[in-house]
Amino acid sequence: MQLDDLYRRVIMDHYKTPRNRGKFEDGAVSVELNNPTCGDKITLQMRVEDGIVQEARFIGEGCSISMASASMMTDAVKGKTVEDAMGMAEDFSKLMQGEPVEFEYEDIEALSGVSKFPARIKCATLAWKAMQKGLEAAKN
Amino acid sequence: MNTLQIREMFPILHQEINGHPLVYLDNAATAQKPLQVIEAVKRYYEHDNANVHRGVHTLGSRATDVYEGARDKVARFLHARSTEEVVFVRGTTTAINIVAASYGRAVCQEGDEIVITPMEHHSNLIPWQQVAKATGATLKYIPLQEDGTISLEDAEQTITDRTKIVALTYVSNVLGVINPVRDIARIAHRHGAKILVDGAQSTPHMKVDVQDLDCDFYAFSGHKMCGPTGIGVLYGKKQLLEQMEPIEFGGEMIDHVDLYDSTWKELPWKFEGGTPIIAGAVGLGAAIDFLQEIGLDEIERHEKKLTAYAMDRLSAIGDLQIYGPRHERSGLITFNLGDIHPHDVATVLDAEGVAIRAGHHCCQPLMRRLNASATARASFYLYNTEEEVDRLVDSLIKTKEYFGYAIG
Repeated sequence: MQLDDLYRRVIMDHYKTPRNRGKFEDGAVSVELNNPTCGDKITLQMRVEDGIVQEARFIGEGCSISMASASMMTDAVKGKTVEDAMGMAEDFSKLMQGEPVEFEYEDIEALSGVSKFPARIKCATLAWKAMQKGLEAAKN
Repeated sequence: MNTLQIREMFPILHQEINGHPLVYLDNAATAQKPLQVIEAVKRYYEHDNANVHRGVHTLGSRATDVYEGARDKVARFLHARSTEEVVFVRGTTTAINIVAASYGRAVCQEGDEIVITPMEHHSNLIPWQQVAKATGATLKYIPLQEDGTISLEDAEQTITDRTKIVALTYVSNVLGVINPVRDIARIAHRHGAKILVDGAQSTPHMKVDVQDLDCDFYAFSGHKMCGPTGIGVLYGKKQLLEQMEPIEFGGEMIDHVDLYDSTWKELPWKFEGGTPIIAGAVGLGAAIDFLQEIGLDEIERHEKKLTAYAMDRLSAIGDLQIYGPRHERSGLITFNLGDIHPHDVATVLDAEGVAIRAGHHCCQPLMRRLNASATARASFYLYNTEEEVDRLVDSLIKTKEYFGYAIG
């Protein structure tokens, strides 16, 4: 069990200086999700136009892993089609199962170590689940 | 018996976690099991296993004997007036739900009040929310003071002639607060209200006498006191249990069944529908024997000493915030280490072999009151040592350095 597998420098960087932290005034898809077992919570907002995720922002409270993951995810989905974003969420879930997956947004791969800490997988996937839920809702 | 001898009886403690000897400090969630309990459950399955109360054969009567024998032990352990007042259930949560669903719904109506505290864990909060919603009764809270305790003056203010039930925990699983349940029972009774005491965090750690407390209901779980999971106890005063309707119907709890009506068995069996947790009750009986051999007073003294030591050592760590009162508390300490999220703290500690809790501890309203989304918690039991507290402290200092380096 190597702690440095979990807490890589790039993860700490996203935790310390999260990207896309904040809220929209209006006109955005908004999803609130929490992890009832631990109290982590996230509010994710996305602006989806013409099938493309134009912008994504989040606020939340949680551990370094959950907040870093949210920071990376919001950065990575910007400019992507809804289908691509959904595909990324599936890839991310594979990454958490310990499968080697490459991401165009390379920082995400730093989270691969989480797969060795089963108790923390839920922390990492919270933001991605919120994204999937938000985009499902936007489709309908 | 000294702590080292006690530790010898817990096989699980003698292992390495991530290359370090295990330090188990999550006892408020569940306690480890001594050989005596493990052997009792094994012996039951190897020699006596049969269903209870119906077998005409030898195993059937042996199983009934050990199951009812465990009930005798619980009755003596709690100092109940009789075994009729001891109902075997799945655990604290089930016990409280039975009282809420049966007694609570029967006696409450619009305009009545149910009084609880903000330090209740979800099992002693949501059942009462539901009773209030279903009956139109008002749910009221005795407020918490600055240090997390409740005052008798506030209790006097909150409990009125409209109060039907007061439900509160003996010991808080977050703040370590020991509530003055005997005094609160007196206030409740003066107003004609009944009192339920959630004993999940008290029963394993201190002597409990339900007659002395004069509580109407008392609930606890076996697994937090060295017994198996899946077994717990609802104690209730006989005359109250008698007037209550069961909420589970089926085999074992019935007396006479007709096509359109039925009658129930006597106490305590009328609340024990279905095949009960026989091995669990046997294990709980063995756990009670084990705890009593060591002595609840002895256990309480040991934990007090250990907690005081831990308080001293933890207070010396900069940036470590401790929740709840400093003194007059039970053997658990809830804290946060600077801005480091408790999950991150728990993960680093786990890498050092130290098991603690991180999260909201099933006390979401209390977390909001403390202004924390989550906290870390170390909880002690009879087998923990000062060396283990030292390991906790060393690991916390390491955590601080690790995150200081990584984040700072």
